[in-house]
Amino acid sequence: MTGATQDNLEDTVWMEHEAFIDRIPRWVAMTFLFVAVVAIWDLVTRLGWVSAIILPTPAETFFDLIFVGSNLMSGGYMLTALWTTTLTVFYGFLIAVAIGFSLGVLVGETKFGERAVMPYLVAIDTMPKVAFAPLFIAWLGFDIASKVALAAFIATFPIVVATAAGLYAATENERMLFKSIGASRMQTLVQLKLPTGLPYIFTGLKIAAVGVMAGAITGEFLGGGKGFGALIRQSASQLDTPRVFALILYLSLLGLALYFTVVWAQRRFVFWNKSDGPGGKA
Amino acid sequence: MAESRTASTESATQDAWPIYEIKRLSKTYARHNVTALSGVELTINKGEFVSVIGSSGCGKSTLLKIMAGLLPPTTGRVTLEGQPVTGPSTHIGMMFQQATLLPWKTTIENVVLPIAIREGRSAAKAAHSRGMALLELVGLGEFAEAYPGELSGGMAQRASICRMLVSDPSMLLLDEPFSALDELTRDFMNMELQRICAERQATTFLVTHSLDEAVILSDRILVMKSRPGRIVEDVRIDLPRPRTLEMVNTPYFGEIISHIRGLLGKEAHE
Ligand SMILES: Nc1ncnc2c1ncn2[C@@H]1O[C@H](COP(=O)(O)OP(=O)(O)O)[C@@H](O)[C@H]1O
Ligand SMILES: [Mg+2]
Repeated sequence: MTGATQDNLEDTVWMEHEAFIDRIPRWVAMTFLFVAVVAIWDLVTRLGWVSAIILPTPAETFFDLIFVGSNLMSGGYMLTALWTTTLTVFYGFLIAVAIGFSLGVLVGETKFGERAVMPYLVAIDTMPKVAFAPLFIAWLGFDIASKVALAAFIATFPIVVATAAGLYAATENERMLFKSIGASRMQTLVQLKLPTGLPYIFTGLKIAAVGVMAGAITGEFLGGGKGFGALIRQSASQLDTPRVFALILYLSLLGLALYFTVVWAQRRFVFWNKSDGPGGKA
Repeated sequence: MAESRTASTESATQDAWPIYEIKRLSKTYARHNVTALSGVELTINKGEFVSVIGSSGCGKSTLLKIMAGLLPPTTGRVTLEGQPVTGPSTHIGMMFQQATLLPWKTTIENVVLPIAIREGRSAAKAAHSRGMALLELVGLGEFAEAYPGELSGGMAQRASICRMLVSDPSMLLLDEPFSALDELTRDFMNMELQRICAERQATTFLVTHSLDEAVILSDRILVMKSRPGRIVEDVRIDLPRPRTLEMVNTPYFGEIISHIRGLLGKEAHE
C-alpha cells in the first residue's frame, strides 16, 4: 500500500555463482589428478632425478601390473598368495568383531566393565601393537594363525571403543521412555542402546577394516608364510621395485573390498542415519 | 483400563476419589547432595487436570519421575490408586519434552512400542489397529508407515501422544511435552490434549513453564519454589469447560496470571 508502484523498473536477476571446481564432474577431476601425478612421476624418472631402484618408471610399473594381473587371473602362485592373505584378513576381522563387540558390550553396559576392564584396555591400546608380532609367532608358529592373531589384535580395539561409545549414545529421555514402559535391561540393550549405537559401531568397523589389513601384512612381513606380504618382501629384497608397486596396488584392492563391504552394510542397516562417515559417500 | 464408573466430566472435584496421594515427600540426590524436594503433600483426584509451574531446577521433573516410579523418594509415601508406587505401572502414560521416537521404527511401530516391550511382538502386531485408530485421531493416519525422520516436530509429538495412549493409561504424566514446539503448534497441541483428556476422562499431571498453558488446561495449578523444591500454593482455576484459546482475553484469566506471577516473584521467567 505504498501508492505509486514502480513497475517500469527491470526485475533484478541474481544468478548464484557456482565455483569452478563444483561444476566439473567428479570423475573428470579425479582423472585429471591421476594424469597429472603420472606425468610428474614420468618426468622425474625420465630425467633421472631419482634412481630406478627407488622409483621405477610408470611404464615399468604398468607392465608389472599387467604381469601380476595375468598371474592372478590364470590362477598362478600369486593368486594362492592373495587367497592366503584374504583368509588371514577375513578370519582376523571376524575374530576382532566377535571379541571387540563382546568386550564393548561388557565395557559399555556394565559398571564392572567400565570401572575394571576399560583401564586395562586403554593401557594395552596405547602400546605399539605390532611389537607383539614376535610373541604371536613364537606362540602360534609361522603359519596363518600367528598373522590372524596379530591382525585381530590390532583390529579389536577400535571396535571395543566404538561399541562402548555407541551404548552410551542413547539419550536420557530415551532411557527414561524404556524404563517407563517397563523394559528389562536386556530389552533396553537390544531394542534401544544397540540400534542407537550402530552408527558408532560401524565407524569402529571401518577403522578395524583398515587395521586388520595392516596387521595381516605386518604379520606376513615378520613371520614369512605364503601370503601376499611375503611376496612383497621377496620382491623388495630383490630390488624389484616395479613388482613391489604392482603387488601393493593389487593388495589395496583387498583392503578396499573389505572397507566397502562395511560401508555397504552400514547403508543397509543404518538406513535412518543419512550422514555416514569418511569414505561413505564415495 | 480406564474405568468410567461415573460420567461426571464437568466437575471432577465432586464425587471424585483420590487417585494419587503423596505425603511428606522429600528427595535428596546422592550426587552433589542436592535436596530437590522437601515436604511435598499432594492429592490428585480422579479425572483432574493438575499442572505444576515453577522456575527451572525447582524439582518439577523430580516430582514427576517419583510419581512415575522411575526414581525412588528419599522419604515419604506415594500411592497410586491405593498401592504404593515402587516402579513403572501400566496405568501410567508418559510424555517428555522430546518426542523420542525411535528412528529405525515406522510411526505405527513406535506407537505400539509399549505393547511390544510388555507383551511381545505378536501382541504389538495385534495392537496395530488400535495404534492406527489413535494416529487417525491426531490426524497422522497417512504417516503410519513413515519413519520419524519424515515427521515435523509437532507431528512427532502427536505420534508420541499416541504411544502414550496405546496401553490405555488412566493417569497421564507429562513433562513439558510441547515446550520444544513453536507457539502456534503448541496452542493447537494443547487443545488436542484437552480434547483427548476429556474424552478418556484421564487424570493428568502436567509439568510446564508456560503460565498461559497451565491456566488454559488445568483445574488446579501447583506453584513450586526452589531450594528446596516445595509446593507454595495450590491455585484452583474456575473457568468453564471446554476451555478455548479466547479465554486468555477474559479478566478472570488475567487476574489468575498476575496472582501466580506474584507468587513466583523474581523466580518467574516468562
Ligand atoms: N540425577 C540427578 N542428580 C543430581 N542432581 C539432580 C539430578 N536430577 C536433578 N538434579 C537437581 O535437582 C534439582 C531439581 O531438578 P529437576 O527436577 O530436573 O528440576 P525442574 O524439572 O523443575 O527443572 C536441580 O537442582 C537439579 O540440578
Ligand atoms: Mg524438568
